[in-house]
Formats: sequence, structure tokens, C-alpha cells
Amino acid sequence: MASSRNISLSRCVDRVTGGVLALFALVSGGTVLLLLWNLFAGAWPAIEAGRLGAFFTDAKWQPGSQRDPQFGMVTMLAGSALVTVLAVALALPVGLASAIFHRFYAPPLLARWNRRIMELLIGVPSVIFGFWGLMVVVPAILRIAPGTPGQSLLAGGVVLALMILPLIALTSQAALQAVPSSLLQAAAGLGLGRARTIVSVALPAARGGITTGVFLGLARALGETMAVVLVCGNIPQIPGSLFDPIRPITSTIALEMGYATASHKALLFCAGLVLMLCTALLVGWISFRKNAANPGIGGA
Amino acid sequence: MITHPIRRSPSKGLDLAIALAGAFAALLSFFLFGWLVWDLVRLGLPKLSWSFFSGEVEDAGRGGGIAPILVSTLGILACCLGLAIPLGTGCAIWLSEFVRRGSAWARLVASGVDLLAGVPSIVFGLFGMVFFAQTLGLGFSILSGGLTLACMILPLLVRTTLTALESLPADLRPAAAGLGLSKTTTTFRLLLPAALPGIVIGITLGVGRALSETAALLFTSGYSTRMPESFSDSGRALSVHIYDLALNVANGSAMASSSALVLLALILLVNSAAVALSEHWLRRRSSAS
Amino acid sequence: MLLAGCGEKESSGTIMVTGSSTVAPIVADAAKEYEASHPGVRIEVQSGGSSRGISDAISGVADLGMVSRALKEDETVKLTAHALAMDGVCVVLHRDNPVKQLDKQQLVDIYTKKITNWKDVGGNDAAIVVANKAEGRSTLEVFLHYLGLDHADVKADVIVGENLHVIHSVVGNPHTIGYVSIGTATAEEKAGTPVKLVVTDGKTPTMESVKDGSFPITRPLNIVTGAETSPAAQAFLDYLMSTEIHGIVEKHFFVPVR
Repeated sequence: MASSRNISLSRCVDRVTGGVLALFALVSGGTVLLLLWNLFAGAWPAIEAGRLGAFFTDAKWQPGSQRDPQFGMVTMLAGSALVTVLAVALALPVGLASAIFHRFYAPPLLARWNRRIMELLIGVPSVIFGFWGLMVVVPAILRIAPGTPGQSLLAGGVVLALMILPLIALTSQAALQAVPSSLLQAAAGLGLGRARTIVSVALPAARGGITTGVFLGLARALGETMAVVLVCGNIPQIPGSLFDPIRPITSTIALEMGYATASHKALLFCAGLVLMLCTALLVGWISFRKNAANPGIGGA
Repeated sequence: MITHPIRRSPSKGLDLAIALAGAFAALLSFFLFGWLVWDLVRLGLPKLSWSFFSGEVEDAGRGGGIAPILVSTLGILACCLGLAIPLGTGCAIWLSEFVRRGSAWARLVASGVDLLAGVPSIVFGLFGMVFFAQTLGLGFSILSGGLTLACMILPLLVRTTLTALESLPADLRPAAAGLGLSKTTTTFRLLLPAALPGIVIGITLGVGRALSETAALLFTSGYSTRMPESFSDSGRALSVHIYDLALNVANGSAMASSSALVLLALILLVNSAAVALSEHWLRRRSSAS
Repeated sequence: MLLAGCGEKESSGTIMVTGSSTVAPIVADAAKEYEASHPGVRIEVQSGGSSRGISDAISGVADLGMVSRALKEDETVKLTAHALAMDGVCVVLHRDNPVKQLDKQQLVDIYTKKITNWKDVGGNDAAIVVANKAEGRSTLEVFLHYLGLDHADVKADVIVGENLHVIHSVVGNPHTIGYVSIGTATAEEKAGTPVKLVVTDGKTPTMESVKDGSFPITRPLNIVTGAETSPAAQAFLDYLMSTEIHGIVEKHFFVPVR
């Protein structure tokens, strides 16, 4: 009798907790709708004027030109994509290798300190990264490729890689840390060496966490503004090489928003929408892949 | 795992290769960041003094101190975390424990949060300006800025908490259910404490992200260098101050570096506090059980 | 409303000033002085670009707007401009670049890529890196107007936003040519940053040559007001237009107007 009352009481508590948490979750998930709605409202004048098509058909971006205004955004989409992919390609190997080192090879004290330093570095404002990129990375690039502007796809990729490196390293380290030690001991018990254990047991087990880190890094790099605007050169073009300047979408918003008049401002809101669309595709693709890779997890 | 063929071939070479590559990567990142921080120290340290922390902003930031800016920054951070921590952890717990994974609602919420993670910070700034400052009538204020940042770091908190909860041993939950514990008890007494290290990492990441944000704050908490008297006052965050000094104020570089050093120290402080707190909880919990 | 406008209310209340990031530091400093001598008055200075100053002044969100250029024709219908200071726009090069002066035609050729090597204008044999300002920047408008170019004519290698970004770009790559506010360039040159101001069409860019009107590329830094101005805002505007703030204007390396 008493125990059945307890059970019904705890069911009741569970229901209340579940309700409150569901509310929190709905607010969290719904924020993006609120944001989209506000963005859409800001972009509406440009959509109404039928400018959306020009985003993809115009070759250039020169909204301020009196003679030949053009609103092409394909070059900026390419710029955003290229610099983001380059950044992740540079940061992932370094971040992952360093996480493996600190998890399996370095003494615990060093690993702890490394974690603290990485946490610290996430808080370096992007303008500082950009500034440092301009003063250190750009001259270094000029030494490799004299005669180029220096501010380039490569400079943007390197600076962004540095910015997302702590994020990738930390999440990878946390994911490796979370691999149950029983699993590692079992692997050792089977006679697998340390290297084999890492490659065939720890890394596959930590794949989910590492993917989360990469995803957060991708999103951060794609949305990063203040650093890329300082080092990318901001020329809206399809780059012919790593040393050519590019213009990511965020740069355009950052450079022009404070100075744009009404119709131009709506275009920049459109640019924000386009960027979110890209992210949505990325998110969709990743969750699709996740579900395809381990379909069993959905039913848990 | 068990069906994996046991290889007795000596993997010493591979082990050495991984160790060397890892050590190189660790050294490389350490070296690059050391360089970056050293440049800040070289430029910024000479200007640091007690009056820098206690003084008013003078001459557009070229002179005086940053006391009002520190206060504004902490106010913004408090608003941000006050909203983002309950929302973010709550959302993650719901996704992980209270809803069937793969259900339509769970997927909707999860993709909503993931989508939010990809919003560029400057778009958050525009959203905050329109929604918090204008629609809700909060104006340029510490509150507007903090709430905008809360939206921005929310996905980070949700994702890290979720990862921490999901990486807990799978047999924990059926075991707790077998003991007759309610889901609520299991979650708050068993799972959350166990996932605390992961959650703390998420929060420290969020703090770092919030403190370093510039673009989202310029349009929401504003530019005023006056000492704020309440959360509804406009207040310039440290990162906005650094941005202004580095790009708008001629001869502002040195003070920008000093301010950046202070920002780093602040992050170190907040992170240490978070880590100490979580270790304290863990110890209390283990001594209580 | 009417009552609030009279009597002792005249000099108290909150005044909102928003707009150009170039003008904001001057007004913020002036506001501080003004608040000290006028207890009860609070002045909120918010930066965010000239266009924000214009839209906020029109919508009434701000009492005063800050705009770092002359108003366009359609804007003068709704707004009145009050010049706070003058500023010049000058060409900057790296200190190690041997080129000392450039005439208007050379600048046109460089910015349209008819000239692409420094040796064609008396410098070293090196490719010219052309830095241009981003759309909407008033320095861009003023500079292109001087050269008689349209946005579509300019072929740049690097596009930057803020004045100091130009300076940092020139320091980071010594083959860069850029243009910035004379105030910014002078302050940085004096502080030992390796940049120099280039003689343009025979005119030396200095605060003095801007003041006497001999330097050809200038812009006004304006405070703009909408249809109605509250008495408190008007009082602050009068202060900004007085000679009392000349010291502040000069401290920020701009040229006072009266």
C-alpha cells in the first residue's frame, strides 16, 4: 500500500519535472524561431522587391554603386564555406592529436593545466585573434608568397583554426575522458597495446563527442565575424589560390550593417538568412549521417 | 569489441608515432598561444596598475582605468548565465532523460538548438537589438546584452550537458529504476552529479564565449562608459572596449592589450571558481554516500 | 508635454545620442564634461555607424544623431546637420615606402589598377596592394568623390572597415596603399607606428591644411537633429557647438569648426 502510494507520488513528481523541463526545452528550441522571424521581418523589404534571385544570379557585390548596383552573394557563400572548411581541416588534426596526447601519454597534471589553458583561450576576444593575425600571420604569409596582399583565405583559415582549436581539443579530450575505463582495461586485458587501444577502442567510442566538437567548431568558424573581417581581405571573389583574398558572409554584415541605409540593410538581413540556411543544411546533413551511422540509437 | 581480432604484433612503432604526433600538436598549440599571449603581455603589462582597475575611463579609453567596464561586464555575465544555465541544462536533461529519443518533439528541439549554434554572433546582435531592446522595451542595457548572450551560448550548454549525460554508463538508469527510484531522483541525485564535470566544462566554455563576444553586445548593451547603477543601464563590456580601442581609437593598442589581459585574468578566475565548486560538490557527494 | 518643456525641466533628463563610431569618442568625452557641470542630466552615447545616427534621429529613438559625413539630399528633408568638427581624408603608406607624393591621376590609376607596380610612381619594384574602404563608409564616399570614381570602378586587393584597420594593414604589408582620416594617421605616426601621410596633388595633409581649406579631401563630422529637439538636448547641442569643446575636438585629432 505504502509503496504503491510512493510510486504514484514519484510518478506525479516525474510528471511535474518533465513538464518544467519540457518548457525549458521548448524555449531553448523555440528561440531560433523567434530569431528567424525577426530576421525574416528585417529581410522582407528585399524579398518583396524580388532581390533574392539577384543573390544567386548577379556576379558581383556592389550595392553602393550608382552606375551598376549588383547583389551577387555566391562568392561570399564560397568564401564562408572555404575558410570554414580550411579552418576545421587545420584545427582537427592538431586538436585531436593534442587531446590524445593529454589523455593517454602526458602526466595528469600536464593534462589538467592544458585544459585550463584551453578554457582560457576560448575567451580571447576575436578582435585580439584578428589583430594578432594581421601583425603575425599576414607578414608570415607574405614571406612565403611575396607580391600577394597577405590578407587572404589562408590567413583567415589559420586564424580561425587557432580560434576553434581550443574548442575541438577540449571537447575531444572530454570525449576521450568519458570513455569508460572498463572498456580500456578490457582492451588491455585482450593484449592490445596502448596505440591499438586508442585507435580501435577509445577513438571509436569517443566519436560522438569528437563530432560534437567538430560541429561546434564548424558553427563557430562559420559564424565568426570580428577576426575574419581583419585578415581575409574581404574581396568578394572566388579565390584562385590560398593566397587570394576572400569575403565571408559575416564580414559583409559586419562591415556594412552599421553604415547601411534602409534597402541595403534589408539585403544584409537576407545575407543573415542565407547564412542560417547554410547552417540548417549542415545541421540536417550531420544529424542525417548520425542517424544513418547508428540507426539503433533512435529507439533508446 | 570482443570479436576484434587480437593482434600480438608489436605496436610499439605506432605507439611512438602517436606519442610524437600528439606531443608535437600539443607543443605547437602551446607555442602559438604562448606567442599570442606574450604579445598581449609585452604591450599591455606596463599599463597595468591598481588605478587601472579602480579608475574611470578617460580620453576615450587612452587614459584612466576600466572600473565601470568591469562592473558592466560582470553584470552582463550574471544575466547571461542566470538565464542560460537553467534553460540549457534543463533542455539537455529533458532531451536525454525525459523524452523518447528520436521522437518528433525531441528532434525538433534538438535541431532548433543546433540551428541556433550556427547563427553568427552579429545576427544575435541584430536580433537582440530588435527583440530585447525594442520589442520588450529593455533598451540599451546590461539586461538586453546578457539575454542576447544567453541565447548565443545556449546551444553550447545544451550540447555539452547532453554529451556528458549520454556518456554516463548505460546501466546506471535501469539499475536506479530497479531500486525503485523515481526519474526525478535518478536525474538530480545520480545522473547530474555524475555528469557535473562535463557540465562545468560546458559552462566554462560558455563563460569564455560570452566574455569574448563583441558583435552581439555592440547593438544591445551598448557603448556607455559610465558606472552602471542597475541592470537597466547601458554598460560597455570589456570585449567591446577592447574592440573600440583596437579599431576606433588612435593610439589605443596598448590599452587594448591591457584590457585583454584583464579579460584573460577574469576568465581564469571564473573558470577556477567553477572547477573548485564542482570539485567541492563532488567531494561532498562522495563523502555523504 | 508642453509643461514638461518649461521651467526647471529645461536642463535635466536623459539625452540619447547615437551614430558614427568616429564621432562617438568626441561626444562621449564632451558628455562627461557637460554632466559634471549640469547635475541631473544624463547623456547616453551609443556608437554603431552613421546610418544608425540618421535612422535613430529620424525615428526619435535618439535626441541627437552622429554622422561622419555631409547629409545626402533626401536626408536633409527630415534632418538638420550641425557641424561639430572637420576631418580630412589622406593617403597613407608604410614608412619604408620611398614614394613621398602622388597626384590625383596617379591615385585614379592605382585604384583602377592601370598602375599596378610601385616603380611606375617612383617607388620600388613591387606590386601595389590596394586597400579600399567597405561600402557605406563616409571616408570611401569622400575619397571616391574626390577621385571622380564610382564604386564599380575601384579594383581593390583588400577591403577594410575601420581607419585603424587600414593602418594595421599598411603596417602588416608594406606594399599597401590606403586612405584614412587625417586625425587617425597623424596620431599613429606621432606614436611611432611605421606609417606616413602622403602629399596628395601637391597638398600636405595636416590639421592646418584642413582648417584653412587648402587640403582637397575633407568631410564634416555632424550632429543631426530631427523634427523636434527637446530643450535638454538643445542645451547640450548648444554646448557641442560652442568653443568650449575645441580642446576635446583637438585632443581627438580633429579640426574644430568655429
